[in-house]
Amino acid sequence: MFIVDYLKDVYGAMKSLLIGMNRTGYYFTHHKEIITEQYPDNRDTLVMADRFRGEVVMAHDENNEHACTGCSACELACPNGTIKIINKFDISPEGKKKKAIDTFVYHLELCTMCGLCVEACPTAAINMANTFEHSVFNRGLLTKRLNKPDSKLKAGVE
Amino acid sequence: MVEEIGKTAEGDLIINVGPQHPATHGVLHLVITLNGETIKKVEPHLGYIHRSIEKMCESLTYRQFIYSTSRMDYLSAHINNHACALTVEKGLGIEIPARAQVIRVLMDELTRIASHELWWGAMAMDLGAFTPFFHAFRERESINDIMEETCGARLTMNYMVPGGVMMDLHPNFQNRVKTFLKLYKLKIHEYDELVTGNIIFQNRMKGVGYLSKEAAISYGVTGPAARGSGVSCDVRKLYPYEIYHQLQFDEILETEGDSFARYMVRLREMNESIKIIEQLIDNIPDGDFQAKTKAVLKLPKGEFYQLVETARGELGVYIVSEGGTTPYRIKFRSPGFSNLSCLDHITRGGKIGDLIASMGTLDLVIPDIDR
Ligand code: SF4
Ligand code: SF4
Repeated sequence: MFIVDYLKDVYGAMKSLLIGMNRTGYYFTHHKEIITEQYPDNRDTLVMADRFRGEVVMAHDENNEHACTGCSACELACPNGTIKIINKFDISPEGKKKKAIDTFVYHLELCTMCGLCVEACPTAAINMANTFEHSVFNRGLLTKRLNKPDSKLKAGVE
Repeated sequence: MVEEIGKTAEGDLIINVGPQHPATHGVLHLVITLNGETIKKVEPHLGYIHRSIEKMCESLTYRQFIYSTSRMDYLSAHINNHACALTVEKGLGIEIPARAQVIRVLMDELTRIASHELWWGAMAMDLGAFTPFFHAFRERESINDIMEETCGARLTMNYMVPGGVMMDLHPNFQNRVKTFLKLYKLKIHEYDELVTGNIIFQNRMKGVGYLSKEAAISYGVTGPAARGSGVSCDVRKLYPYEIYHQLQFDEILETEGDSFARYMVRLREMNESIKIIEQLIDNIPDGDFQAKTKAVLKLPKGEFYQLVETARGELGVYIVSEGGTTPYRIKFRSPGFSNLSCLDHITRGGKIGDLIASMGTLDLVIPDIDR
């Protein structure tokens, strides 16, 4: 029966459309289920995951001491040439020369946040911070020095 | 001979879709020859996002090159990394701890779901329905949060390293995944209500973009696109890696070969991935998450090849080593490239309006095609 099949088709089609409309209507009236985050407005309450890889930083303690020995393992591990280690030679009280870090240059603009440098560091001197708002007006600001001025190596770290 | 700009000698119309076109999901350029509304030929032009990843990998060490493969098929970044790590491990001949294997499989399947979710939203958007995109992103977002918490990144995770995974699971991981499973089960019926059952959607998908079993095999189509034509090609079943041989899941096959069949394969595949996650989430063995490896990895002289199943199909990683710390040559057999090659075949003779629907069901990711 052609006419019965035809009507069945029309009924099925209308039904499928109404089911979809019903779903849309549900969300139209249930605002609580909408999970959109209003990003720049919710900055104060925004919590980033603690492992989120945003940029490489070097931790300093209250005595302005860090754990970087200047071994260059991170520089070798980086696939993008983001890190440049410049070393100097300290004279210890006994008169011996000792290698130490002078400048840890970090090019944020070249970094892909892969985390390989953190993996490679034998003394866990660097880690990934979860900051992510890196836009600046001057590209030069993206080249950073990670060891703070006048900082020195923590005692006991080899 | 071209007589008039935009026309062939026979008077057929030539139009360009892309390189910047929302329906191509990236920078794909299609040159389409049209006779009226009927497609006579579709010619994809590639190379707009070529970054020579293969060549770049030749100058990176075996630890370093893995991160760059996240940028090929960025929706299956985990699975790409996994393939590379497996190939390097094959060369080194090391055993991976059981915990690392389970973590890897869990992450792969989460990635697969996230990828299919995004495809589903984009597919509906190609056909003019915008709302499903947001529904898909809601579920995908919770997967991305899980990734962010454990791996440290949302898309380019770089979590797989030769020997295991980079960090141990986050303490919240199990709870988060269980919450996601609950959410998924609560919401998955909406996918059918909004899109699958919709009469307009069905009429635009059924009988369109027909790919026969023989054609799928001869074009080298893999993944859900081929399984929609009844080709059994799931690498997880046929050449199991890691612990896939111990898991209970089905290979989804549909036999119609049209766009709707490919659509159904992906939807049903998500449920299979959920099954795998449910089997593993309470049974993560204790132990190391990474095998002990040397600081500098050196592969012995030789050739190594490993297949995995990404969300789009079969990804092969082929490494030629000369015995040094960097590969001599790396070749990726990417699923997207072969899947794209059948586009001309499935759309020829059809209407221009069906082109986007057919292309959407192939689930093309352009950086995967160009590399
Ligand atoms: S940060 Fe770590 S790896 Fe890099 S130079 Fe300092 S100690 Fe060596
Ligand atoms: S995160 Fe990766 S790219 Fe960035 S400095 Fe470390 S190793 Fe280099």
